[in-house]
Amino acid sequence: MEWYRILGSIITLIGSIFLFLGALGVFRMPDLYNRMQAGTKATTLGTILTLLGIGICHYEWIGQILVIIMFIALTNPISSHALARAAHFKGIPLTKGSVADKLKEKESTEVEVD
Amino acid sequence: MDRIIKVIFSTGILTLFYFIWTGTTDLYNILIIAFIALVISIIYNRSLFKPMLSPKKWIYSIWYVIFLFIEIIKANFDVARRVVSPKIPINPGIVTVKTKLKSAMGRMILANSITLTPGTLTVDIDEDILYIHWIDVTNIDEKTATEKIVANFEKYLEVIFG
Repeated sequence: MEWYRILGSIITLIGSIFLFLGALGVFRMPDLYNRMQAGTKATTLGTILTLLGIGICHYEWIGQILVIIMFIALTNPISSHALARAAHFKGIPLTKGSVADKLKEKESTEVEVD
Repeated sequence: MDRIIKVIFSTGILTLFYFIWTGTTDLYNILIIAFIALVISIIYNRSLFKPMLSPKKWIYSIWYVIFLFIEIIKANFDVARRVVSPKIPINPGIVTVKTKLKSAMGRMILANSITLTPGTLTVDIDEDILYIHWIDVTNIDEKTATEKIVANFEKYLEVIFG
């Protein structure tokens, strides 16, 4: 077996471990926002590494892989931001132990002004 | 003149992407795509953003990407540590930070970078105030939070977006 196949497989394995940890985070975290955090970060690096490993195994695909990685790095945080924002405006509360919610203070003052 | 530079720049980018995506080496093929890219760039020339022409900005952009990648890796180990430990060590809350950046593009990049870095997630943005969900709040004071979360990024982004 060629060396680059082994290297690519190892990188793909590391990526899938991160994806697994992301899934575990979504399962274990107490509220939506914390789940969002675990989901976004782990899936970004997990997907990047998984794709990169495939790109190293099949080096003729590396160009396409790099373009896909770029789009994932650009779109992943935007989607999670949109979900978190929508959830907060819908009124989904933070978990019990939360320290502060400055956005809620802002929203409630806006209502008073109106 | 400004518009012509924009159009040429975006034509080049679109052609480059097609070239990378298909891996074609046929010159005729690339010429057709370059022509189509030119037409698209002319039609949408109002919504294109200005290319960065100074080499300093390019160097800072490359450094920024490397810095961001290191931050993403740190963020993942941070999340992994929190997820695996039996009693999930979190202390969450939504804090505000203030950004010095003026351009809309710079703010967008900043907000997305914050989402990708350890323990922070941008929930909302209102002019120069960002509302950030922080998984481990150490201080709810705006100044301290700004120092801790956005100062590192602003160093680079201030140069890149002016």
